Amino acid sequence: MKHTPGSVAGNGLKLGVVLMATPLLLWLVLLVILPHLDLLMVSLRERVSYGKYAFSFANYIEFFTEPLYWNTYVRTATMSILATALTLVIGFPISYYIAKVMRGRGKSVLFLMCLIPFWVSELVRTFGWMILLRESGVLSHFLQWAGLVDGPVEMLYNDVTIMVGLVYTSMLFMVVPLVSVLDSLDDSLIEAGYDLGGNAFTVTRDIVIPHAMPGIASGCIVVFMLTLGNYLTPNLLGGKSSLWFTEQIYTQFITRFNWESGSAFGFLLLVLSSLIVWLGLKLSRQTLSDTVG
Amino acid sequence: MADQFDLECRDVVKTFGQFTAVDQVSLTIPQGSFFSILGPSGCGKTTLLRMLAGFIEPAKGDILIKGKSVLGVAPNRRPVNMVFQHLALFPMMNVAQNVAYGLRRRGVDRAIIDKKVAETLARVGLPDAGPKQITQLSGGQKQRIAIARCLVLDPAVLLLDEPLGALDLKLREHMKVELKQLQHEIGTTFVYITHDQSEALVMSDQVAVMNAGRFEQVGTPQELYYHPQTPFVAGFVGESNRWQGTLETMADGQAIIRLDSGGVIYTDPEQVAGHSQPIGQRMDVFVRPEAITIAAKGQSSPDAAPGINNMQGRVENLLFNGAASSVQLRETTTGHEMNVALPQTGAFAGLRNGDELDLSWSAGQTKCFPATKTAPVTANAAGEAVA
Amino acid sequence: MIPSIPQSRYAKGIYGAYVTLFFIYLAAPLVVVGVFAFNDSLFPSMPWEGATLAWFFGDKAPYVGIFHDSALLRSIGTSAFVAVWVTLLSVIVGTCNAFLFERAKFPGKNLLYMLAISPLVIPGVILGISILVFSNAIANGIEDSIGWDLDFLRPGLFLVIIGQFAFITTITTLVISARLRKFDITLEEAALNLGATRADAIRTITIPYLKPALIGAAIVSFLMSFENFNTTLMLVGSDAPLTIAMFDRLKQGSTPALNALSLLLMVVSGGLALISVFAQRDRSSK
Repeated sequence: MKHTPGSVAGNGLKLGVVLMATPLLLWLVLLVILPHLDLLMVSLRERVSYGKYAFSFANYIEFFTEPLYWNTYVRTATMSILATALTLVIGFPISYYIAKVMRGRGKSVLFLMCLIPFWVSELVRTFGWMILLRESGVLSHFLQWAGLVDGPVEMLYNDVTIMVGLVYTSMLFMVVPLVSVLDSLDDSLIEAGYDLGGNAFTVTRDIVIPHAMPGIASGCIVVFMLTLGNYLTPNLLGGKSSLWFTEQIYTQFITRFNWESGSAFGFLLLVLSSLIVWLGLKLSRQTLSDTVG
Repeated sequence: MADQFDLECRDVVKTFGQFTAVDQVSLTIPQGSFFSILGPSGCGKTTLLRMLAGFIEPAKGDILIKGKSVLGVAPNRRPVNMVFQHLALFPMMNVAQNVAYGLRRRGVDRAIIDKKVAETLARVGLPDAGPKQITQLSGGQKQRIAIARCLVLDPAVLLLDEPLGALDLKLREHMKVELKQLQHEIGTTFVYITHDQSEALVMSDQVAVMNAGRFEQVGTPQELYYHPQTPFVAGFVGESNRWQGTLETMADGQAIIRLDSGGVIYTDPEQVAGHSQPIGQRMDVFVRPEAITIAAKGQSSPDAAPGINNMQGRVENLLFNGAASSVQLRETTTGHEMNVALPQTGAFAGLRNGDELDLSWSAGQTKCFPATKTAPVTANAAGEAVA
Repeated sequence: MIPSIPQSRYAKGIYGAYVTLFFIYLAAPLVVVGVFAFNDSLFPSMPWEGATLAWFFGDKAPYVGIFHDSALLRSIGTSAFVAVWVTLLSVIVGTCNAFLFERAKFPGKNLLYMLAISPLVIPGVILGISILVFSNAIANGIEDSIGWDLDFLRPGLFLVIIGQFAFITTITTLVISARLRKFDITLEEAALNLGATRADAIRTITIPYLKPALIGAAIVSFLMSFENFNTTLMLVGSDAPLTIAMFDRLKQGSTPALNALSLLLMVVSGGLALISVFAQRDRSSK
């Protein structure tokens, strides 16, 4: 008797599994699990004297007692939720237009036009907004030329500008999942809705949005996560008034060299991010693998 | 009187750019009938149906439902409902919500909706299916829910877009009978489009055969089968053996067609299109496989009566399929390939490849049409019929 | 709603106008960055002072074009060096992971899969600081115990590569897995049946099938690494990659040389994006 192919494959596979699992395990253990555990440990210690540390909640207590930190944290979360909602509201009609209204060539061209700006570095995009919105910028000049304002207007360094930039930067991550989920909605479901007496509003409410829910969930989760962890856009468009939590982390780590409290802040941001992602998944009855897969 | 008809089309035309999908189609459908539109894919039947539903506007012509023109009326305001090809049941709702959908859009009272939904579900034989999810239903159950979802609205006309296409063969056979019964019980006018002739023939009161955007023939299934009026219908509905030839004589109640491949075929002038064609006219000749009688070689009377066609053939292929068994033959003189039905008595159960058979059929079973310029209906149509 | 549902011209017009406005919003910042690369002024701002190519080719101060700006050029080289390594590592590891997750059965697979996609939901800044803290702890530990000063574990290019690799590998894993999942396993069985060894079958059948995904994953990795900011910011040492160098210039206020550089970046990344889209399209047509 020859070996059955199955048994050969089985033995080969076992060795292969071990070989192939090695890089995976090294990656996950050394670069994901241990660093984050270490981050947690560092956040839970206090420097007693040079090179000597003791277990302590001091860093977390400091966070909750110092209003600047606490306010920045809450503000970052609120702004991120708002940015996510705005991105959804602005991006949904666009995604619907691309997925359901456009046909054939025009559709792929429009979709590409949506994608390409996001292959360009976030830095370049933000730079573009700075040129548009600064006091000596394009929009300010345009408004003066049109006679709508008398002198130069500074449109940078306020919350609205931060929001414009955040929504801009996040748009791709909303539009792509929405287009793909709406693309999978069979036209005949919409037609059936109309055929049975529905109108644009009821069909959107009863058929399109329930169908798009998985895309909405994954879009919102990714956008929220990226906005919360954003550093560039609030920093460049908001300037000193941006008060973004990642800036606090940067300050603690790099400027003040206070790694203990920086780690605590980082961990708190990670907890907030994970919590909202988890909540979003629960509410939309999705799993993380559905969302990113 | 226009109001006798649930649905009427007058010279409806639809073009897409250069392409004319529906060309001058007129039809009237009496109340309560089962009307099918049968045609190969791409013949324009879906376009026609979608015009009736309101998803496409005709370029010319008029569509009347219960005597009223519905041109410019949006699909959500037309008194017709549609069963979609893939049913389009809403996966985000359960069965009862699907059925209630149209009533809720009309703002009907909750209590009345519940009552009507229950009644309709009972009528399609699924009284307990209400709380089920769509994914929990079998293919046949989905079909019935899709129909129930429309029937609950009491449409003037129910449009069905090949809804049986996705089902497997056994279930399809079963659903044919069920659909016909259902239509009979509720008395709503059904307009059913399909490329499957057996669906159309089994279920319909009237069938329109459609080809290249036009209606070839409208009639009862029997009329289409026994009295096709165009070569397309003769070729598309049922199976046929086909020859090409020239009309040689036409006298004394008998016409003779000289085949291109040699030999002659007798036919009855009654069976010639228009009952008369000029001598020398190119003709397409059609004979149904089941019209041909077979006998072992030399067993039939050698000098056949006039008006009886006689040929010999050698068996090339036995296609045993129970009651629908047939045999492929090579005709001896013309070399023409023929398909002949085997009698269901089992008399020829011992037939082998290479056996020679005598073939005969009467002149009255031979349909003749002036040859069309386009290639006559291809083997595809016959192939589809077999499948 | 959809073309087959009749809709008033008014509603169609409003919808169309909204979509147009949206695309103007998308394009505006990129267009101004490009246009001001040619402004003959010391600042990338209004007013327009006439066109010049000095911000590309100029070599006399203050008109130093990017092709003569050694600091920026060096940072491009640094970024490319980092990106090549990250791409190489993450595509190789991503391919292994894809085979592991799509083909193998082993206990704890689901847990490992969850862990493998988790870097996507970890903010980049936090990934950066956690690797910084951890590598520093190792370096300190080694220095204290055996006295070696492992310089590569201090902020610098090695940590930047490692940090970017940590999350880009998740993306390559997902891209390659998606393609591998669509692979018809009977093709491999047919190859085995025709006398190929297992390795032969993978080399001659599976890998060619995966090629569009491998190319796509490589392009995505390269671009993501090249453009990464958050993780890099926390791990960078004295050699600044391009994004960090540009960020510093932006904070200080810059000449339109930065616009010129941005324009080149847009052209290159736009081109790469198109290539990857076409690689993707090839995938769907097969």
